[in-house]
Amino acid sequence: MSKTAPLHLRVPEPGCRPGDEPDFSDFVIPKAGEVDRPSLDVDPNAIREMAFSIIRVLNADGDAVGPWAGTLSHDELIKGLRHMLTLRIFDERMMNAQRQGKTSFYIQHLGEEAVSCAFRKALEKGDMNFPTYRQAGLLIAGGYPMVEMMNQIYSNSKDPLHGRQLPIMYSSKEHGFFSISGNLGTQFMQSVGWAMASAISGDTRIATGWIGDGSTAESDFHAALVFASTYNAPVVLNIVNNQWAISTFQGIARGGVGTFAARGHGFGIPAVRVDGNDYLAVHAVAKWASERARAGHGPTLIEHVTYRKGGHSSSDDPSAYRAKEESDAWPLGDPIERLKQHLIHEGVWSDAQHEAAEAEIRAEVIAAQKEAEANGTLGAGKLPSPRDMFEGVYETMPPHLVKQRQEAGY
Amino acid sequence: MTMIEAIRDAHDVAMARDERVVVFGEDVGYFGGVFRCTAGLQKKYGKTRCFDAPISELGIVGAAVGMASYGLHPVVEIQFADYVYPAIDQIASEAARLRYRSAGDFTCPLVIRMPTGGGIFGGQTHSQSPEAFFTHVCGLKTVMPSNPQDAKGLLLAAIEDPDPVIFLEPKRLYNGPFDGHHDQPIVPWKKHDLGEVDDDYYVTPLGKAAIRRDGEAVTVLAYGTMVYVAEAAAEESGIDAEVIDLRTLLPLDIDTITESVKKTGRCLIVHEATKTGGFGAELMSQVQEACFYHLESPIIRVTGWDTPYPHAQEWDYFPGPARVIAALHQLMEE
Repeated sequence: MSKTAPLHLRVPEPGCRPGDEPDFSDFVIPKAGEVDRPSLDVDPNAIREMAFSIIRVLNADGDAVGPWAGTLSHDELIKGLRHMLTLRIFDERMMNAQRQGKTSFYIQHLGEEAVSCAFRKALEKGDMNFPTYRQAGLLIAGGYPMVEMMNQIYSNSKDPLHGRQLPIMYSSKEHGFFSISGNLGTQFMQSVGWAMASAISGDTRIATGWIGDGSTAESDFHAALVFASTYNAPVVLNIVNNQWAISTFQGIARGGVGTFAARGHGFGIPAVRVDGNDYLAVHAVAKWASERARAGHGPTLIEHVTYRKGGHSSSDDPSAYRAKEESDAWPLGDPIERLKQHLIHEGVWSDAQHEAAEAEIRAEVIAAQKEAEANGTLGAGKLPSPRDMFEGVYETMPPHLVKQRQEAGY
Repeated sequence: MTMIEAIRDAHDVAMARDERVVVFGEDVGYFGGVFRCTAGLQKKYGKTRCFDAPISELGIVGAAVGMASYGLHPVVEIQFADYVYPAIDQIASEAARLRYRSAGDFTCPLVIRMPTGGGIFGGQTHSQSPEAFFTHVCGLKTVMPSNPQDAKGLLLAAIEDPDPVIFLEPKRLYNGPFDGHHDQPIVPWKKHDLGEVDDDYYVTPLGKAAIRRDGEAVTVLAYGTMVYVAEAAAEESGIDAEVIDLRTLLPLDIDTITESVKKTGRCLIVHEATKTGGFGAELMSQVQEACFYHLESPIIRVTGWDTPYPHAQEWDYFPGPARVIAALHQLMEE
């Protein structure tokens, strides 16, 4: 008989479950302004500690401090605040529309608005994002019409994707927003391929890849880092760590040690963490990483540290697996509230202006919604023609599909 | 030319004609491929047009999907079809669906080449014929040449095609035709008509079958190596079989098939892949639907057995001429 004790399988558990008191006391928050801003051509080994810290610009008083501050003017920040408000109100209206049966499904961004909205402002026209389903801020901040987004969500007669795709799986080449797939992680690898193509073609455009904390466990994550590293691809690889993959806490994907950013070290890719609820920090880091890519210094891995305040989707109830109070206890706060306080602190914004902006944006979103609903909703008809179901499988419809279309009565 | 030379030549012609064509895969660059299909391309076109890739099939195909969406025309190699499985998600969920799900906003003009088939003592992971995995995926085209002439023309057509194409190369046919008589000496392509390959640009259209042997008694549907097995079986059995080389499995040239079966009234389907759920089942059902009132006997399939591809039992597994001849007699009710 063996003298050693029986082996034991470790299955990580989150700090708190429904009914427990939320506790983020072991979550270390570096002070705003504390992390250096390295040169664009930095040796990844020289900044290894950045994968364990968090780049933050806004401090508790609402000041923008440190070497990452100052990338945006007040006017630009007010625009950014409006983008985040737009996304939040858009989410709210579309979640309601789903509850009213106007569409089958919706995914909101609550608490993560800064990540995609701020990032988008660091990119140039022609750059290509390979987003997940939780980066609609890339569209909102990029000026994509809300009506088009809603037409897609409603799968109506003006849906740019002709009713073929699940709601929120947008696509807009013109706006640098790659077609969203339901298959997790796939686009992370594709972003590297797109960036390689840009380099092969002697172009100056860059790509960005997006993935959630949970999906970093997919094989595509690993492949993307290998290829990005091997070919020095002009790509910014973003991990949005919102702590939750549906019901699974991030420790299941991370293995209980280190950070997601630290995964970059094994690939020789500069890896940084950023306060994902700090609009200024996300923008500054996005700008640094995209400038690195554009200058030919290769890929950067960014872990955006944030919290998924809402349910995973309209089909999810988070109270079944985490404490209701957990989102309020999240130590990095709310991205909209933090930017608002900063702008008020700077004397360029006020509660009254904020309320007025909110009302104005709400009216815009409602107007867009009315316009979209006039084109039809999944619940009330005016859907794309079933004839269109057979189009676009191939550029030219092969004979067997023509036959099936005729069989279907079209 | 051998089939290897024809495939290499097709790459060369495509790369010279269109700078959007880029070629990569494991050992494809400096070394020129483990089967030599890309030899000399890196030297001629440079490292950014033809290069080595990390050993990651999903990475190779995923990168190619990204490149295709950018506007390049990647031609990538999976070293053996047996190793394509890690890339299936990128192929089935991404490459095949990109045009459809984005309503044409993004497209995926991409060719994935992979050596396929057995008859070479390749054992379990160097012999598989996974074509049915691909023919089941809408949005893909699936092609398998059986000779150097077609290999070049079909590959050029595949590279120009605006949609993703799975290009399966029967490695048993790389250096010469093979009719399943493993105990007889190999005849090289230079002694075969279809080994004569035009040096210039030409295409063999996708979706068109070729009749390799005219006959009146029975129609044999085959592709890849089994074309030669079927031809040999027809000769040796004395049964006047018409042998059709499908060349493209999807989209299928159902018109050529239907015309032949209506003429002969009998149909034999042969493939190396395992039987259950194989592409033969699809062929069988389509022939049954299109030719039911013309059929004089049940449609028969001769295929690989429903087992992993064995090593020592190579010639008991490979559907050789003896099994095809027996099936022909059975069809003729002899």
